[in-house]
Amino acid sequence: MLRFVVRRLLQMVGVLLVLSLLVFVWLRSLPGGPVSALLGERQTEARREALEQALGLDQPLPVQYVRFMQRALQGDFGVSTQVLPGEDALDIFLSRLPATLELSFFALVIAVALGIPLGYVAARRKGTALDTTTVIFSLVGVAVPVFFTAFLLKYFFAVEWNLLPVSGRQSIGLDATRVTGLFVLDGILTREWDAAWDALKHLVLPSLALATIPFAVVFRITRASVLDVLDEDYVRTAEAKGLTARVIRGRHVLRNAMLPVVTTVGLQVGALLSGAVLTETVFSWRGVGQALAEGFLQKDYPVLQVLIMAAAAIYVLVNLLVDITYALIDPRIRTR
Amino acid sequence: MSTQRIQPAARHGEPLLAVRDLRVTFGRRGEEPFRAVDGVSFDVRPGQTVGLVGESGCGKSVTSLAIMGLLPTRGNTVEGSAVFDGEDLLSLSAPQMRDRRGADIAMIFQDPLSSLNPVIQIGRQVTEVMERHQGLSRKEAMPKAADLLERVGIPDPTARLANYPHQLSGGMRQRALIAMALACQPRLLIADEPTTALDVTIQAQILALLKELVVETGTAMVMITHDLGVVAGLCDEVNVLYGGKIVERGDRHTLFARPRHPYTVGLLNSIPRLDAPRGEALSPIPGSVADNLPWDSACAFAPRCPNALDVCVRQTPQWDGDDVVGLRCFNPMAVSR
Repeated sequence: MLRFVVRRLLQMVGVLLVLSLLVFVWLRSLPGGPVSALLGERQTEARREALEQALGLDQPLPVQYVRFMQRALQGDFGVSTQVLPGEDALDIFLSRLPATLELSFFALVIAVALGIPLGYVAARRKGTALDTTTVIFSLVGVAVPVFFTAFLLKYFFAVEWNLLPVSGRQSIGLDATRVTGLFVLDGILTREWDAAWDALKHLVLPSLALATIPFAVVFRITRASVLDVLDEDYVRTAEAKGLTARVIRGRHVLRNAMLPVVTTVGLQVGALLSGAVLTETVFSWRGVGQALAEGFLQKDYPVLQVLIMAAAAIYVLVNLLVDITYALIDPRIRTR
Repeated sequence: MSTQRIQPAARHGEPLLAVRDLRVTFGRRGEEPFRAVDGVSFDVRPGQTVGLVGESGCGKSVTSLAIMGLLPTRGNTVEGSAVFDGEDLLSLSAPQMRDRRGADIAMIFQDPLSSLNPVIQIGRQVTEVMERHQGLSRKEAMPKAADLLERVGIPDPTARLANYPHQLSGGMRQRALIAMALACQPRLLIADEPTTALDVTIQAQILALLKELVVETGTAMVMITHDLGVVAGLCDEVNVLYGGKIVERGDRHTLFARPRHPYTVGLLNSIPRLDAPRGEALSPIPGSVADNLPWDSACAFAPRCPNALDVCVRQTPQWDGDDVVGLRCFNPMAVSR
């Protein structure tokens, strides 16, 4: 197991190295660039050259990349040029991370807490109205773009019916103590219940919007997987032993049916990260996704580089966790 | 496990299981319903081993699943009765049937790998049935599980308890399944093609084991197989099924020595024999089981039968016999083979 983890971590280093090169070249092949964005209409040839020199953008790409990597390996990812000029790019990422973590966590909890039980029930009642309804609902969930869902939720629940806050993570003017940067957790840790409740209310709509696609995917995989497992001979064996329905469901059906679901949940982290860009923008949620959107609009190379690499690292790490979980559930993987 | 020896029951003792006029119909939406089992009746007496023999699709597995209450809850109808120890299994509620399964009636299946849960240790899969029916804790049941594994011939049983199915060989897996089936000392064991997925040498071992266990524990057994070799070695009484009906019944010796139904003869002739002259072709039964069998107005075997008469395609042959011996044929083979 330890060897497996170490091997996967080494693989992750390789992935990140290749990715750093791709991101670096790709960003610089985009039209525009930080210099024209910075100078705007006051652009002259002389000013342009001076700024390029100052930013090191006059050097050939390979030289720029080597320099970037040299600094990056020391934890220096450069300084933001536009999003928060002068701010360390890594600090921007770290300050935005808790907001996105909180949002993604709630979205994932909603997706899993609804998707797995509903998927199981739909499979057990295959062909009934309940099954059909949930299948259609989940199809809609995948098909409708996240930003559209987000706008709809916001329009009805926040604007029309005024049930939940329109945007942000906590009400302005609320005096809350910061501990972890995860506002709900902070409120609980400091026993500032009003702050926790307020943060939770702010979380509902964005996390629902963000959860739609992961929910739909988890639901459909669970349903398909449970249907497969219900047909397995070992479920019949369990029935032949006269085991209770509860034991058969938990020990024999769900445990096996969860294998593909676990993998899917890991892959959904990618959907959460990309969905966060849209959801955070719609709800003015000051997280990584929003910073990424700003960085793109303003061609902030250092910020973009950090955010994309970090997102990739998170994705790879989560899927490593998924593989470890998988090996814990399925003994056939362990002995391989 | 009890080691008392029970003499093979007298022929006409009270049956442990009496299946009467069992019919299983699968309703497929938009299609004509398909009758997989069409009025099957047979008895199993305590300690007796009864064979249900036939080729794929003859309804033998469906018969066993219907008796066990393991058919899908929707899409089929089961009629008739299966009286076990004075109680009709087919009229029991689902929870009542759960109390019977694994305790009074156990079953072993064809493919031991797919019949074992791949993510649960063998020991747990043996103990769970004792936990369910004997009220033991897992801790109490574990040593018993080791005893059971030893009893079915698994070497180093205590270590095997912690193994997963994929770590055992095919024969060991089937032994483990047999251990699970026998864990609560059932009075009836239904074995559905228990050796089909195994190597020939392992088949022989498993059959020997089953034979030994049946004698030792006095468990009655229903052996479902397409393999007449299995029947020859194991069964006291044999029922030959074709198209959901029993077409011939008799004790093992009589059936092998003097088969009457052309289908039984065909099955016997389909067995490759090592002592046959070189180059002699096997004589298989031509054709295969039709999907919807015309039992209502004819003999379903008639299209494949070498002995078919005109009457065979115009009239349904009736059962001529009782619960010990019988035949369903207009033109049986001559008594000497």
